[in-house]
Amino acid sequence: MLPIVLLSVFGIVLLFLGFLKSKTVLLPATLLFLSLALVVNFLDWNKTYLYFNDMLRTNNLTMVLTAIILGSAFMVVALSSKFMDDESAQPAEYYSIILFSLVGAIMMVGFENLIMLFVGVEILSVAMYVLTGSDKRNLRSNEAALKYFLMGAFTTGILLFGIALLYGATGSFTLAGIRGYAANAQMGLSLLLYVGLLMLLIGLLFKVSAAPFHFWTPDVYDGAPTIFTAFMSTVVKTAGFAALFRLLSVSFVGVYSFWWTILAIITAITLVAGNITAVYQNSFKRMMSYSSISHAGYLLLGLAALGTQTKQAIVFYSLAYSVATISAFGVLLLVAQQRSTQTFSGEGVTSENFDAFNGLARQNPLLGFAMAVSMLSLAGIPLTAGFWGKFYMFSTAVERGQIWLLVVAVLMSAVGIYYYFRVIIAMYFREGATEPIRVAPFYQYVLLAATILTIGLGIAPGLLEGLF
Amino acid sequence: MLTLFLILFPVVAATLILLLQGERVKQVALVAALIELAVAGFAFSRFQPDSTSQFGFDYPWIGSLGIRFSAGIDGISVLLVLLTGLIVPFIVLSTFDRSYERPNLFYALMLYMQAALVGVFTARDGFLFYLFFEAALIPIYFLAAMWGGENRIPVTFKFFVYTIFGSLFMLLALVYLYYQTPATATAPHSSAIVDFYKLKLTPEAQNWVFWAFFIAFAIKMPIFPFHTWQPDTYVESPTPATMLLAGIMLKMGVYGLIRFILPVVPLGVETWGKTAIILSVIGILYGSIIAIRQRDMKRLIAYSSFSHVGLMAAGVFSQTETGMQGALVQMLAHGINVVGMFFVADVIFSRTNTRQLDQLGGITRTTPKLTVFFMVMLLGSVALPLTNGFVGEFLLLHGVFTYNHYLGLAAGFTIIFGAVYMLRMFQKSMFGPTSSRTESFADLTSSESWVFIPLVVMVFWIGIYPHTFLKVTEPAVANLMKYIGTTAVSLK
Repeated sequence: MLPIVLLSVFGIVLLFLGFLKSKTVLLPATLLFLSLALVVNFLDWNKTYLYFNDMLRTNNLTMVLTAIILGSAFMVVALSSKFMDDESAQPAEYYSIILFSLVGAIMMVGFENLIMLFVGVEILSVAMYVLTGSDKRNLRSNEAALKYFLMGAFTTGILLFGIALLYGATGSFTLAGIRGYAANAQMGLSLLLYVGLLMLLIGLLFKVSAAPFHFWTPDVYDGAPTIFTAFMSTVVKTAGFAALFRLLSVSFVGVYSFWWTILAIITAITLVAGNITAVYQNSFKRMMSYSSISHAGYLLLGLAALGTQTKQAIVFYSLAYSVATISAFGVLLLVAQQRSTQTFSGEGVTSENFDAFNGLARQNPLLGFAMAVSMLSLAGIPLTAGFWGKFYMFSTAVERGQIWLLVVAVLMSAVGIYYYFRVIIAMYFREGATEPIRVAPFYQYVLLAATILTIGLGIAPGLLEGLF
Repeated sequence: MLTLFLILFPVVAATLILLLQGERVKQVALVAALIELAVAGFAFSRFQPDSTSQFGFDYPWIGSLGIRFSAGIDGISVLLVLLTGLIVPFIVLSTFDRSYERPNLFYALMLYMQAALVGVFTARDGFLFYLFFEAALIPIYFLAAMWGGENRIPVTFKFFVYTIFGSLFMLLALVYLYYQTPATATAPHSSAIVDFYKLKLTPEAQNWVFWAFFIAFAIKMPIFPFHTWQPDTYVESPTPATMLLAGIMLKMGVYGLIRFILPVVPLGVETWGKTAIILSVIGILYGSIIAIRQRDMKRLIAYSSFSHVGLMAAGVFSQTETGMQGALVQMLAHGINVVGMFFVADVIFSRTNTRQLDQLGGITRTTPKLTVFFMVMLLGSVALPLTNGFVGEFLLLHGVFTYNHYLGLAAGFTIIFGAVYMLRMFQKSMFGPTSSRTESFADLTSSESWVFIPLVVMVFWIGIYPHTFLKVTEPAVANLMKYIGTTAVSLK
């Protein structure tokens, strides 16, 4: 709960810092604020509290998930230094919006009441709409923001409708109340409950871009400035899955047999749609957005097989995925900025295609290595964190005996190798531009930290276990 | 602890090499590989021939899942650990007269590969095995794709996707087996391989677990019809990588058959073993026949290797003690022979810039040393008595013959075909009129000779006194066979 308060205050402080003539203070200040939030987050370690009239809960699980969210935000912000050079950017606003959006994300992690969930989702989403459109002079960015906003607003309606129906069915907004109803009234559960649950699921599945509610993802991810795409694909996804997990594991365990089939089918569609479409992309950024859809599929695999391992699986997967994704987008940012190609109108166009990575490993081994490790991790190759993420997911599904779903997931993992390796092939085996890519020292440290974390967790996945 | 050293030392050495610059990394890599060989040799000499696992270490790895970081050397793995230690120094030495771009990365990747291979052969935990099994793929992929031939990118990529695809099914099977082990209060389940052996799986489960494992190992070896990645990859890879692939990596597949398929799913083997042997025998004949038609030396050796490994698989699936013993010894022998043969191809290629048999000829005139070494390696490959190939092939054929006379007969053709394509290769390249490319063919340099000398010693050692090697594997094989027999009976 403390991080929520702190982040809200810090967000406002940052807005005021924006009045300063110098922009250089903003980035360190934001990083400091995020670190502070990260520290206070752990003050309640090993204790369980309920806040705001039992609307919000903190326990070790919510704290770890909050830490993943804050840590991802920290890394994204650390990679965002180019705002300082950009004339048209308004870093104070961006950073404070990021801090505010984190408030929403943390609410989604710890909600105890569906109203809190709704508020959290909205705080996070509205912030995302704004950030998506923040590159005001770029048509793609504008289009993406509008698309995201329209679709997002629509699903918010569905989500809210679902909450209302659930209230009608159970007479309660609280997770515990719904749980009591769903578990007790075994013989004749009201249809409203099922319909309400479905609508709630649709609303949240949209946020985590699971198929068939994923159509906005490629356009929005592609159109948004890369740094915010990184933020979106990690923070929003982690928060969304935390919310889904809470909802399903606390309130709806009693009706598992109803929702697991639906979720299993959605998982299969998501895996297939995400992985197969990603193969056909020529833009790295679009590939990453389809890859993000496919990772929603793997995370759903653990949810559909809700069991003793699911909690751990989701935490581990979210962490592994977030670190690798941020690292990949971090490298993309540099490459796209410095390898821009000229169009005939003379305007510089940033290059986000696979070709832009040609020969990268030769000019800048660190960038190449960081990218390669993150791609290996996303592909789930052993010795990286991503492998164990997949491993935990697969083992939850095996525990539940969902072999067919697992076979789909395994086949799709093999497909995934295809597109992740295109980047590695471009970087290591192809000849490319020779001018070196400049990397600021701090930027380098962030990428290095992400790489070390990915490999460290790949070798000793048990490290994370002590946490919860 | 010795095992831990064998796994970690190459990793440390490789990481150091990465930091070095220039040509001296060759020497450092050679010294590292020789140290590894010394330790592997020491382990071999101190190995007590019984069925236990020795020199092991065991640490908790993922506590909540009961997964342990556990490895050791037993009678099944001891020859393979020795092989891994033995081959790598010669591969490094074989590159001494060549130069590769970015040598530090090149040699580091080789040593990483070695560490992963030792890990595969010594893992006592199913997931640790999987981890190393996959980890071995990454260095070899980079070796092949960075320093390979013109067509390397699509070819190595196919190899990578193909093998990963197979291993993913193995992962499924491993996770499934893990959940079949009984859970206790302290550890939920166990992934120790010995605990997998204790499982009593239903016949249906055995069938699919059999296939999940079999596909993974069959792709790795490769067994017909999973071999399509192999010839291209062997040809396009730089020769040191090809040596690693053919000399050691494909043994991971045979080893997996012995370690996992036979003891874990004996009923699956009973149902599908015959299919597997038939596929293997098809591979033996198909590989040899295609080898006869090859013009490219490297491709010819690749197909011959495909054919030989089919025989090993058939021997393993024959489920006889001789077949299994044969497979273990043949893995060692084949590793030595194939590395020697590929090195011959590399020596010829480095001097003439071609591997096409039509463009070679008359090399013997100027090269007494190469001729002798080539001939010895070739005789080992065609399984002439008193060479290493004979011991393994004899035992293997004996095993397959005991299993089924007709299959044994069919598999026996490998010896005849082997002689045909090998001698044809020798004749076309070494005898006859010289071509413009071979007129001034220089004989072996001293470092090249030093690659061959120990290999030749090994060829005769195994051929004349195989007891040194057979005796260390024997108790483990006997124990395994007894075990398979009793489990299969108890399951019925």
